[in-house]
This record gives sequence, C-alpha cells and structure tokens, in this order.
Amino acid sequence: MPYTTYLVEKGASHSFVAEAKPPTVTMPRIKALMTGSLPGFVDVVRNLNSPALLEDSVIRQAKTAGKRIIFYGDETWVKLFPKHFVEYDGTTSFFVSDYTEVDNNVTRHLDKVLKRGDWDMLILHYLGLDHIGHISGPNSPLIGHKLSEMDSVLMKIHTSLQSKERETPLPNLLVLCGDHGMSETGSHGASSMEEVNTPLILISSAFERKPGDIRHPKHVQQTDVAATLAIALGLPIPKDSVGSLLFPVVEGRPMREQLRFLHLNTVQLSKLLQENVPSYEKDPGFEQFKMSERLHGNWIRLYLEEKHSEVLFNLGSKVLRQYLAALKTLSLSLSTQVAQYDMYSMMVGTVVVLEVLTLLLLSVPQALHRKAELEVPLSSPGFSLLFYLVILVLSAVHVIVCTSAESSCYFCGLSWLAAGGVMVLASALLCVVVSVLTNMLVGGNASRKNPVHPSSRWSELDLLILLGTAGHVLSLGASSFVEEEHQTWYFLVNTLCLALSQETYRNCFLGDDSEPPCGLRVEQGLDGATAAWQDGPACDALERDKGHRSPSASQGLRGHEKWMVLASPWLILACCRLLRSLNQTGVQWAHRPDLGHWLTSSDHKAELSVLAAISLLVVFVLVQRGCSSVSKAALALGLLGVYCYRAAIGSVRFPWRPDSKDISKGIIEARFVYVFVLGILFTGTKDLLKSQVIATDFQLKTVGLWEIHSGLVLLAALLFRPHNLPVLAFSLLIQTLMTKFIWKPLRHDAAEITVMHYWFGQAFFYFQGNSNNIATVDISAGFVGLDTYVEIPAVLLTAFGTYAGPVLWASHLVHFLSSETRSSSALSHACFCYALICSIPVSTYIVLVTSLRYHLFIWSVFSPKLLYEGMHLLITAAVCVFFTAMDQTRLTQS
Amino acid sequence: MKDTDIKRLLYTHLLCIFSIILSVFIPSLFLENFSILETHLTWLCICSGFVTAVNLVLYLAVKPNTSSKRSSLSHKVTRFLKCCIYFLMSCFSFHVIFVLYGAPLIELALETFLFAVILSTFTTVPCLCLLGPNLKAWLRVFSRNGVSSIWENSLQMTTISSFVGAWLGALPIPLDWERPWQVWPISCTLGATFGYVAGLVISPLWIYWNRKQLTYKNN
Repeated sequence: MPYTTYLVEKGASHSFVAEAKPPTVTMPRIKALMTGSLPGFVDVVRNLNSPALLEDSVIRQAKTAGKRIIFYGDETWVKLFPKHFVEYDGTTSFFVSDYTEVDNNVTRHLDKVLKRGDWDMLILHYLGLDHIGHISGPNSPLIGHKLSEMDSVLMKIHTSLQSKERETPLPNLLVLCGDHGMSETGSHGASSMEEVNTPLILISSAFERKPGDIRHPKHVQQTDVAATLAIALGLPIPKDSVGSLLFPVVEGRPMREQLRFLHLNTVQLSKLLQENVPSYEKDPGFEQFKMSERLHGNWIRLYLEEKHSEVLFNLGSKVLRQYLAALKTLSLSLSTQVAQYDMYSMMVGTVVVLEVLTLLLLSVPQALHRKAELEVPLSSPGFSLLFYLVILVLSAVHVIVCTSAESSCYFCGLSWLAAGGVMVLASALLCVVVSVLTNMLVGGNASRKNPVHPSSRWSELDLLILLGTAGHVLSLGASSFVEEEHQTWYFLVNTLCLALSQETYRNCFLGDDSEPPCGLRVEQGLDGATAAWQDGPACDALERDKGHRSPSASQGLRGHEKWMVLASPWLILACCRLLRSLNQTGVQWAHRPDLGHWLTSSDHKAELSVLAAISLLVVFVLVQRGCSSVSKAALALGLLGVYCYRAAIGSVRFPWRPDSKDISKGIIEARFVYVFVLGILFTGTKDLLKSQVIATDFQLKTVGLWEIHSGLVLLAALLFRPHNLPVLAFSLLIQTLMTKFIWKPLRHDAAEITVMHYWFGQAFFYFQGNSNNIATVDISAGFVGLDTYVEIPAVLLTAFGTYAGPVLWASHLVHFLSSETRSSSALSHACFCYALICSIPVSTYIVLVTSLRYHLFIWSVFSPKLLYEGMHLLITAAVCVFFTAMDQTRLTQS
Repeated sequence: MKDTDIKRLLYTHLLCIFSIILSVFIPSLFLENFSILETHLTWLCICSGFVTAVNLVLYLAVKPNTSSKRSSLSHKVTRFLKCCIYFLMSCFSFHVIFVLYGAPLIELALETFLFAVILSTFTTVPCLCLLGPNLKAWLRVFSRNGVSSIWENSLQMTTISSFVGAWLGALPIPLDWERPWQVWPISCTLGATFGYVAGLVISPLWIYWNRKQLTYKNN
C-alpha cells in the first residue's frame, strides 16, 4: 500500500495500533468503535441478527446535532443505526465467497458522493479483505490485489478531500481503521495477537508535521476512537464510552483548548464511574480528576490574569500531565469495573442446575441396577411443608436482594410471574432431592439387612469410562485444556479403542480355553452367576452364549469374522488418526499445516472433487443397507444433489466441465436436496407411527429409525464443507465397524454403549474442525439454499452443521439400541445415561466459571466455551426428548 | 520360602532402580553438557542400555524361572534371536501406537522411536527375560488372575505402571506453561520412567502386604 505507507511515514497523519477486545467479531467491534463501550459475549450471538443499538453513540450524537451521515458497506451498520443515515447502501456480508462485488458496491458510490459534498460524515465499510481471509487465509495471493485496490480508494478520497479543503475553513479528518484483525488461519473471533491488533490512522491537514518528525505508532484501545471522534466533531462524548482521548490528535491546538478537551473527557468518564461504582470517591482515578480540575481552575485564573507565558506554560503542561494520568486511571478502572457480575442471578441459575444434577446422580443406582423406571417420590406432608417453607425463604431473599441491589440485576428485572416460577422450580427440586436422599438412606438400611446387591466387579472399560469422564471434567478448570479440548477427546477415544482391542484379544484368545480363569474366579469366592453386567467379559460372553444363544451363534465368531473383530479397533484408530490430521484446531497447534487447508487451496480442486465424490459414495453404500427402497432412491438422488450443489457454488467441479466460471449460489440444487431430506425424514416418521399402530411390527420401527438417521446424514452431507465430507464417511464407517464387530459380539451394556457414543460424538465435533473458539463456527452452513438471511432456518442449520457429529452419533445410538432387542429398558436406560454424561461437564463447568470469573482469560477462553456448552445442552435436551419419545412408543407397544 | 522370594524380588528391583539412577549420573562424568532435558536422546539410549543390561544380568544370575530346561547352544541362540526380533517388533508397534495417538508422522520420528525403545525396555525386556518368546505365556500373565508366581505378579504390576506412567505423561503437553520438559516426547518418557520406578517400588511392598491372600496355582 504505497500511498498509505507514505501518509503514515511522512504525511499529515497520526497512526496507532488499536487493540480490540475479544470477541473480535464485526458487530461488537462496530459497537466498540462507535459507543466506546465494551460489548460482551452475548453480542456474538446477536452478530447474526443485530438489533438496533439503543446505547449512546457517536452516530446518534451526530444525528441529534443535525449532521448529515452517509453510509456504504456492511449491512450490520444499517441494522445497528436504523434511520440515522441520510443515505445508505448496505451490503450483506453472508456470502463469504464473494470478495469483489461487496467492495464494488461501495466504491461505485464514491465518485458521486465525493463530488457532491453535501454531507458531514461518510462511513465506508469494505468487506472484501475479511472475506478473502475467510476463504483462503492471510497468505492468499488475492490479498495483495485487494490491498492495492484499497490503497487506490484511500488515495482517491484523500486527494478529493484535500482539493475541497481550500474552500472550507475547517480541516477534514480521514480515519482509516479495522474492526478486527485476522488470525493465522484467516478467521477471527478469538484473542490472538493477530486478531486483536488493528491499524488506526487519522489523516488530516491539521496534523501537518515538520520533515524529520518521526511518529511511532502507539498502542491504544479501540474504544478510544469514539471519544476522539466525538471531540473532533465537536459532539458530546457518548455516555457509556470508557475510552480516553487520543492525545496526539489535539497536540497541535492551543493549550486552552487541549485542557478543555481533556476536561470534557474526564468529566464524562467520572460520571460513568459515579453511575457504576458505589464507592467512586475512593477511586484513585476520581481523586486525580478532582486534583486536576483544581489545577485547571488555577490555570484558567492565571490565563485570564495574563501573567507572563513561561509560568503559564509550565503550569499548563503540569495540568496536562495530571489530566492524562487521571484519564488513564479512570479508563482503566472503568474497563475493569464495567465487567461486573450479576452474582444473584448467577447463583440462582447455578443452584437450579446443581439440584438437577444431584437428582440425576442420586438416581444412578436406581436407574442402573434395578432397571426400573425413574420414579420421583413426592407428596408426603413433611415435604410439602418443606416446599412451602423454601418458597417463602426464597421469595424473602428475592425481595431483599432486589430492593437492596444498586446495580442492575437480570433476575430482578424479570416479571414476578417468571421469577416466582423459577423459585417454585428450585424449591420443588430441592424437596425432591431431599426425599430421594431420605428414601435412599431408608432403603440402604433395608438392603443392608439382606444383601441382594451382587458384588459386581468393574471391568477395565468401566474404569476407563469413569476416569475419563472425571478427568475431562477436571480438565475444564484449566484454560489450556479448554483451548485444546479436542486433544482430550482424541486421547480418550484412542485409549477407548486400545481398551476395546485388549478386550477383543482376551475374548478371542482366552475365550477358547476360558475354563481356567472362570474356575479360578470361583475359587476366589466371587459369585459369577449373579454378575448382571460386565463381570469378566470372557466368562460372561461364554455364559450368555450358553444361556441365550444357540451354539451355532457362538461359532459365528470363528474364522474371518474373528480376525475382523481383532482388527476393527485398529482400523478405527487409523481412521481417527487420519481425521485428526484433516483439521487442526485449538490454539497452540492451529497453525500447523493440515489436509483440510491443502484440499481447499485452489490448486487442488481436482483432488478435492475426487475425495468428495468418493466420500459421498461411501456414505451411500453405508447408509443404504437399512433403508427401504424408496428412501434408498431418494438418498442416492440427494447425495447427487449435494455434489451438484458444491459444483454450482464452485468448490468442486465436474470432470466434463473442468473450468466452469459461472458460480451461482446454488439455491436450486440445495433446495432439491432439502426436498429429499424432508422426504426421507417423513418416510421415517411415517414408518415409526405405523409401527406404533400395528404393534409387534418391530422391523418397521428399526427401518424408520434408520431412515431418520439417514435423513440427518444427508442433511449433514449438504451442510458440511466439501473437505469435511470424509469426516461424515468415516463416522459412518466407524459406526458400522463398532456395531458389527465390537458391540454385537462383545455384548456391551447399554450404559457403556451410550458413553462410547457420547465420546465418539464429542471427538467428531472436533474432527469437523470445531473448537471452543467462536471463530471456527461455520456460519456459511446457515445460508445453504437460502436467498437472503432468514433467521430461524439459518440458526437451526448453523446449529445442526456445528453439532452434526454429536447428533449423528446420538441418532445412531437410538437406532442401535432399538434394533437390539435383548433388554426392554435399554432405551430409557441409555437416555438416562446420555443426560447424565452430558450434564456432568456442563454443571461442573458452570460452577468452575463462576468461581473463575476474575481469571485473566475469562472472556477469551472460558466464555466462548460456556456458549458452546449452553448450545450443546440444548441439543442434548432435544436428543433426550427424541429418546423419550422412542421409549414411549415402545411402552405403548408392550 | 515366600519371604526369601520376596526379599530376592526386592533386591532385584532395587538394582533396577539403581541402574536408572546411575544412567542419570554416570554419563555426566564422561560427556560434557549432559543433562536429561537437553541431551534427552542420549539419556534415552543410555538408560535403555543400562536397564536392559541389568535385566539380562539379573536373569542370568537369579534365574527365577527354574522350570526352563537345559538345552543345546543352537536352541539358546535361536531363542536369543527370537527375543531380539520380539523386542524390535514391540518397538515398531509402540511407534505405530504413538503415531495413532497423534505423534507427528514425519518430523520427530527419531524421538518417537526412541520413546518406543525405552517403553519396550521397561515392558518387553523384563517379559522376555522372565517368560521368553512365548506369546501364550504373555497372554496368560496379562489376563485377569493368570499369574502363577510373585515374579509374574510383579512383572504385571511394573509393566502396567510403566504404561500408565507414559499415558499420564502425555497429559501436560497441551498446557501453556512453556517448560522444556513439555516438549514431545520428554514428558512421556519421564512419565514412563517414573511409572516403571513406582512399579518396581510398589510391587514388592504390595506382595509383602498381601502375602497371606496370594495363592498361586503352581506353588
């Protein structure tokens, strides 16, 4: 950028490095630039659908001052500031693959507007550079072209402003800034150095400098821009701004004005401090402010008396220093103060979550051992008394807290009905927990008299599952483990595979002569016959073989199938290793080269096309087994449509059209696939309903569940980026292998199978390239087949695209458990386990985050993870509802 | 009978621990700039050599497995060659497992392989010394309740604790402390070493405490 470099080095300009606070996503950053406040992480979610900004901002102040503002560029601005611009042209930023049209849309207005000169503020938001980063990363050859294009735009604006300046008395100000940076992978949202540091250049003839005056760019905060702009335009500083004036900008002004500007800024900041901090008078920044105000008064008196300039200047520079120090302290204490926590609401939420978790944990023995339905004991008079008492106490606490709290509190802001509902829920849960606890104690006494419980020993697999879950939960307390959570899951899944392989070996080699170990065990005094689940797999399998199956079934394990059983854990391990090198995620090793980047680079389009086609073929071969013929055809056509869609948007190509230039949004192709997805899901539901009406038609139900599974697979195939299609294929391959060669022959317990499904689901969440970082969410999935942004389908599709791994494994779990008819309560059992295994990490994490809320990385690491966990919990809830529905159909059948 | 056996077991284990300690201190007398972290690969080679040598010497001296018959020289040679092949195979299979666990495929291949060598030294070499190249016996020892002497019992414990140590050693790698020992594979080799030493210490004590409950088929 030769012209910009010239301006920065020699021209009349001030340049800074502005630090953007995470989340480095467009909407919160625009807010920070214009209001000077610090937006939180909830704004990330709103980034997609930005409602109008209600806070005070530079734009609003300019509008009330009667300035005429013109805007061209990212549509987010128009949504944030509706009716503020006299003229605007918003560009939607959701078609990330386009990087020329978005900018031409801005530039085409430029000549006209610059000639007209009937405006006071012109805001241009160029999107192309960001889009190039999203598509091909910071090292793309496209970046150079784009930067020189931007340079020419800057030159055009600057020269036209200079030529205009001769006519007007006031100098113009040209601000060039970025809302966020770009990470090594070309994305943004997190808090790495590359994402947080943005350029900020202020160009104006007022900043004329002598030759040889080298100005080094200083590090400032992005929030400082709002205050500086307001002062430069002669507007009041936005109310919630925590930024301080960029002092070099006003350095050329006379001393009196400099002091005046600084005074304005400190007064605004101290007012904000008074609003937010009850004990503001003790704040060092406020004390400094009072002191400098006094000094300022002295200086004014001197100035009016017009003593000789030496004293005046010395005193003036002293006041300046004092003001600057006060500004710095005030700004600092405000930016830490603004992040205050609504402890009361947090406590209420945590208490409810913990009560639910305790209830789940307390019912573990009941749900697992007796295999009975979960019954909730209630209604004894003692407990109803307790219930009313707790409600009374809670509402008293609520009234006290809400009337005494100075700061705003979300829970107090709720209507009385909602707050009352939450309190009733909390106290009811407490009563249930207490009653379950007493029941357990009483029942424990009873069972101690006649020990019915078999002393079941735990296999290595159970131990691994328990330790793995505990280890994962504990690891959530360390920021690095949250950043690198994918490593935890890969490690656990690999260890699981090794444990399974050990089990298969023992089963196959020692199964032949398993009499000695069994005999030994009896010698040791363990009662093998009552072992309900997982007591020495070798013996168990043998016993069950004897008991339940014909001898020919146990003979089926011989021959090549035995070798497949032995080899399948290793095959799965190899698949996992391949998938792991497909997408590097996390923070520490994210910059490593991976297969995904290699495939998406434009030189390897042919390889990508071949890989996508093969993966789709594998998906078809693996999925079509369980489908009816109609949905088989629909699946084939749908997968074909997926390939056509990818070809239409230009990520893969057909062999007969090697270089097609016409790139569309692929609306027709995508909708074509949606029709088939809905069709398959509909046939699946129809089969399920039919199986419910015609009882005992068990086969139909299995087919229906598999069709629902395959419909979800087809949807995932449509939403996944083409280089992620192998993830889908491998996921299905692993599911098939596990089902055929591990779960069926080894006859695992439903709880173990559930936990394994959950682990694999989590691992596939990360295999897809996700991480605990907002930047990796693939928003483009929400716009497949949509012309414009429609909120509900976009959110649903993005959520499904992100959580496709866990959802697909869960749906496979439902199908697998209902196709295995060995135990009647397996499904409800699995539902319980699934809910438990998902809620343990979430609730522990909520407690951990609450206690770590003053951690250095709370905003950059822990909060995004909390968003992910919340979303995951919603998905889990949906899955559990599905489970329960399946279980209900089973109950009505029997 | 039993107490003397346990005593012998304890002394052999102490010798093994002593050899590991020696491998840390002796090379610094001959080599300049020797430290475990900086010249990690040298230490790995030396430690592996020491432990193997001590195991072989102990095997020849103590001969816990008295049942093995006297046999001809050629038989011994083939047996020895078989042991070498088993050792190499275990090294390669450990290497494959590490790569499957996520170790880089091409870069740091030597480091990964040396880690595989030291893990085989801690696990495969004692097995080969005690059980010989006999897969059936290995499977018997490592299945539940398959041990038939305190030697095999302690072998089981040291092997499992070495594996667990190496497994636990991988945990600190993602942490952002930026310590020199967090580099692959140093934390894992150290974990394996600590696990092996812990196994050596714990197994005689555990056997001593539980000597009443332990009954072996053959004894």
